Amino acid sequence: MNYEKLLNPRITAVPPSGIRRFFDLAATMKDTISLGVGEPDFRTPYSIRNVAINSLVDGETQYTANRGLPELRDEIALYLSGRYGISYDPEKQVLVTIGASEAIDLALRAVCSPGDEILVPEPSYVSYSPGVIFAGATPVSVKTLEEDNFCLTPGKLEEAITPRTKALILPYPNNPTGAVMDREALEAVAKVVLKHDLFVISDEIYSELVYGGHKHVSFAAVEGMYERTLTINGFSKSFAMTGWRVGYACGPAEVISVMNKIHQYAIMCAPRQGQVAAAAALKTGRENGYEDVLRMRDSYDRRRRLMVDAFRSMGLHCFEPLGAFYAFPSIRSAGMTSEEFCTALLRSKNVAAVPGTAFGPGGEGNIRCCYATALDKLNVALDRIARFVAENK
Amino acid sequence: MTKLETDLLDLLKEDCRLPLEKLAVMTGASLEEVAATIEGLEQRRVILRYAPMINWDLTDRERVEAMIEVRVTPQRDMGFDAIARRIYCFDEVKSVFLMSGSYDLLVLVEARTLKELAAFVSGKLSPLETVTGTATSFVLKRYKEEGVIFDSGETDRRLVISP
Repeated sequence: MNYEKLLNPRITAVPPSGIRRFFDLAATMKDTISLGVGEPDFRTPYSIRNVAINSLVDGETQYTANRGLPELRDEIALYLSGRYGISYDPEKQVLVTIGASEAIDLALRAVCSPGDEILVPEPSYVSYSPGVIFAGATPVSVKTLEEDNFCLTPGKLEEAITPRTKALILPYPNNPTGAVMDREALEAVAKVVLKHDLFVISDEIYSELVYGGHKHVSFAAVEGMYERTLTINGFSKSFAMTGWRVGYACGPAEVISVMNKIHQYAIMCAPRQGQVAAAAALKTGRENGYEDVLRMRDSYDRRRRLMVDAFRSMGLHCFEPLGAFYAFPSIRSAGMTSEEFCTALLRSKNVAAVPGTAFGPGGEGNIRCCYATALDKLNVALDRIARFVAENK
Repeated sequence: MTKLETDLLDLLKEDCRLPLEKLAVMTGASLEEVAATIEGLEQRRVILRYAPMINWDLTDRERVEAMIEVRVTPQRDMGFDAIARRIYCFDEVKSVFLMSGSYDLLVLVEARTLKELAAFVSGKLSPLETVTGTATSFVLKRYKEEGVIFDSGETDRRLVISP
């Protein structure tokens, strides 16, 4: 069969993820310490896992409502209003998805038409631009710079806007840079958003993981933005629940309704036990002041300081990450590209990191290192990187 | 307790060999502050000692452990504390707890052989005038202690690289 003729050229033209290429190489190496992971090193707290076990024992094996279990939607609404001051009607404005990833995909498919341009600040999570292309629109990269703390600035945003611009993806706290945006910076962006009548898809999956006294501000909580913002969040990062695949989108009822239309035909519902566990995680958190989340955050924070200090001691310039669980040091002084640096580091020192270019061309010159790794291993990995850097000066 | 004190206790509980420099970086405090705070915790006997956790089952040392439930009659001018002291002074005794419930003291005892342990119970513990009864249970296997699972077989199941 002529598969070239069969397959959709719009999809086949999208290059495979740079991360995938590097994964294949890393998978062949033995005794590697990986700083290339994108998930917590904690397991889901056992009390939460136990709720899902009991749910199975009780025979809860059926579909749930398309939009998600009502008790989970109630908890999500309580969580967002209690934690970030944004109110959503659990009946009409909350949609439970298979991870935040599905929510991003649904949002793009709900919004994009051919010819539309969607703004994607970069460096950022790998799936935004391909998602825009899959949805039939055109991604437009907005490069964020370290001198702006990797924040989206009104100036850069204005430069990228054309009459075709329809929406902006706002990925803060940011993977891979660790950048966060405070209220003032968000308000400046909001002015431009309002002026050009844009819609905003705000991916806040790392909202609980912020450090150094920073307080996360939801973009929907910024004046005038509620009606034009889709808030995407989930349980993977903050609650250490990556494999459960539960996320959600909250926003204007009209947008959620169209997203749900795709969701109900394509997916039906997120897996029930994941939803049961997620509802328990939020309820427990609400009752005990998010004890587990804060305990994990404190632990990441200590390792964050350790990693940033280690890179700076090696003579590498390292932006101070205030969110997520990644450091994004510059490796320009080694005289290699990001990909060359990561490949050589992996081959000679058995430490895996992700080339910054995996997150967009703006990531050239940097590497992403995850500090959600056991302290003893983290120390060994940092020692090995230090030796590698010293040998390549 | 200050935030720095609890942070340091959390870190030292995991790994008491962490150098002061790293503790300072990880807590965001100065080297001097960290050193002084740890010294304060030691002086107040919040930190009692820095000891490794050993899985003796993997060594060739012969060792028997038992948990003994002890019922006592507190005597005039001699509360539980004094009776506990009479018991914990024995070298064989590793831990002593005052308990609520059907017995009074829980005593963890370690000896090299079963015979030695039996000799301790019958020859030293039971004859104490305040002890009215004991029930000895031997430890067959340790699964978890102080939050550490002895033979977890746990591995990092995460993908080496993920976005």
